[in-house]
Amino acid sequence: MNFDFSDDQRRLQDEVRRVLADHSTNVHVRRVLDGAAPFCADTWRELAALGALGIAIPEAHGGSGMGLLELCLVAEEAGRALVAAPLLPSIYLAAEAIRRAGSAVQQAAWLPRLAAGEAVIAAVLDERNHRVLKDPKLSLADGKVSGAVQAVPDGMAAEAALLLVDGRLVLVDLRGEGVERHALKSLDPTRPLARLVFDGAVAEALDAADGATVAAQVVNGAAVLLAFEQVGGAARALHAARDHALQRRAFGRAIGSFQGVKHKLAELFAQIEIARAHAYYGAWALATGAAELPRAAAAARVAATTAYNAAAEESLHLHGGIGYTWELDCHLHLRRARWLGQILGSEHAWREKLASALIEEAA
Amino acid sequence: MDFNDTPEEAAFRAQVRTWLEANATAKRGRDDTFRAGLSEAEYLAAARAWQKRKAAAGYAAIAAPREMGGLGGTPAMQVVYSQEEARFLTPDRVFEVSLGTALPTVAMWGTPEQKASYLQPAFEGDHVWCQLFSEPSAGSDLGNVRTRATREGDEWVITGQKVWTSGAHFAQYGILLARTDWDQPKSKGLTMFILDMGLPGIEVRPIRQISDEAHFNEVFLSEVRLPDSARLGPENQGWKVMLSTLMQERFSLGENFSGDLYAQIIDLAREVEWDGRPAIEHARVRSGIADAYIAQFGVELIVRRGMSAISRGESPGPEMAAVKLVGARAFQTGGALAVELGGAEGLIAQEDLGPEWRLPQLLWISAPGARIAGGTDEIQKNTIAERVLGLPGELRTDRDVPFRELEG
Repeated sequence: MNFDFSDDQRRLQDEVRRVLADHSTNVHVRRVLDGAAPFCADTWRELAALGALGIAIPEAHGGSGMGLLELCLVAEEAGRALVAAPLLPSIYLAAEAIRRAGSAVQQAAWLPRLAAGEAVIAAVLDERNHRVLKDPKLSLADGKVSGAVQAVPDGMAAEAALLLVDGRLVLVDLRGEGVERHALKSLDPTRPLARLVFDGAVAEALDAADGATVAAQVVNGAAVLLAFEQVGGAARALHAARDHALQRRAFGRAIGSFQGVKHKLAELFAQIEIARAHAYYGAWALATGAAELPRAAAAARVAATTAYNAAAEESLHLHGGIGYTWELDCHLHLRRARWLGQILGSEHAWREKLASALIEEAA
Repeated sequence: MDFNDTPEEAAFRAQVRTWLEANATAKRGRDDTFRAGLSEAEYLAAARAWQKRKAAAGYAAIAAPREMGGLGGTPAMQVVYSQEEARFLTPDRVFEVSLGTALPTVAMWGTPEQKASYLQPAFEGDHVWCQLFSEPSAGSDLGNVRTRATREGDEWVITGQKVWTSGAHFAQYGILLARTDWDQPKSKGLTMFILDMGLPGIEVRPIRQISDEAHFNEVFLSEVRLPDSARLGPENQGWKVMLSTLMQERFSLGENFSGDLYAQIIDLAREVEWDGRPAIEHARVRSGIADAYIAQFGVELIVRRGMSAISRGESPGPEMAAVKLVGARAFQTGGALAVELGGAEGLIAQEDLGPEWRLPQLLWISAPGARIAGGTDEIQKNTIAERVLGLPGELRTDRDVPFRELEG
């Protein structure tokens, strides 16, 4: 039993943190917020140069072949630095699905370019069971995909999309025939969304016979990785609130000396640590392919979603009026927490997945 | 990172399991408890006999060093043992204070003579220990202890009153916090002692709790005479000694919350009917089960991470501070969810409702105590805010004032 990361892994995490401190500053993130870029190319380039994008991609395919535990720590730092780049679709989803289920040719074609940050792949691998706009669902016939999908992260920046259609995992060239895409306004503009519309677009299937199973595993993995982003973001929001509470004075003393403030921050700390504990357990289950992954991933996702939303909301609140201004970064956390917590299905859906897993295990 | 057993841990687990199978009865279900209905004296005798058997097999103090009479194992091995024993019907709680907090404090601060006389008999179940810290006016504000220890030659004369002392009515020994210097500010003039509970001048009165049990007591001390060799740690350093005890307590509380409350709720919710369907099919119940698991297993994972740190020779991280706060509340929320399942019928006491409701009802009624004992929620939050997050301490008017000048 060893319930923690190794010293080498921690050193690597520190290195990622140092690089992001310079290359994912709020100036970088706000360029995307203001619509000047679809994602932050500088951050993306630096993460690629560091080997962070390809950290779980085999060396034979241009990665550093370290593993998913290391990728979890990259994710924590990305969350802390509010990285505005396509980690979720390109790395957590597409690269993982291709690594697991792609043919040798597909792996050779895509993995080196994903590791280098040269290619961005949009990916929707979860079931998207909450429907508002009720587009015609995706369908596959004669190797061609039709239908539409809403709220696709980085859909405008991507050159291809990886989709789960009729139980198959397929790659679609977004620059090809029969594809239309429309930019959508996102509640978190640092993580843009698009609507993809297909009308008989050519779809290239991955090798996996059972695409739904691979997709479910990859989505569980992404839930763990997002949990690390959420824990990193939540810790940053908490520390921002702490720093403000130490410096801001009212009624003749630092507001951080009032129990109403202290206890609120202590609650957030406890909530984040519970989320972190589940994220670590999820990391282990993901990296070892443990049978516990569905339970571990769902618990990590629910705990991390509630923790980051709470931390972002209360951190903004503790900043007072200034926290409600565009100028401060509080709203970046509020937006990102909401975005991360819903992009892979809501907290409620994942809580139900967790309950199902627990009830099944107790049978 | 590895949540599985190492080969050594797996071998130890197999060895422990074989021994338990030969020496105890496996639980038939989650709510099966060790000889429910025994009188306290009978239960105590059974607990001591069981502790003696564990000691003979080397399992009494797995993580304690060999020179202290322990097995010299790792904290992880202790976890393995506890996990395995939890699957069997064995007495619990009696040695919680002895082995969880009192003896580790003796091991840390005791003289060679104290360690030689006290550790082994406690490991073997001959001595049960209690912890005499709280007083009527020293609960959350523990530095306010007023029990007086006055030096007379080579002796200390102790007079005062302790309260909430678990197990004092059957303990042979206790660790006692008393004031030895009234000219020092609050926490500076305290000293820790080892108290032989059989000495003249000690009166123990059980307190009836809201659960109708009486696990803790008032302890009245009138001119109890102790030799200086009963002092534990340096004179006027009792506060430091006490803090090391409370550090241990955080670990053992975490262990206590590692039961499987959410699994019990699952069992009950399968049987209870709501609107003609099993309650377990209802979204509200399912989300409650999920949340109970997140809190409870989250606490367990944090404790395990702390133990990993100790195994590597490091100190557990600041996350340990969250254990008591989250664990105690999870206990209350989960207990309430279990009782709620039954609606109006859930109000029928287990004697008339069925034995499977015994533990949920006990949890529900005892949960408020968990949020108070060993540091209230509010004290835990102050600790996290000040020690972990570096926020300012509370305004204190009594910190630098000699204790004798303070108002009661």
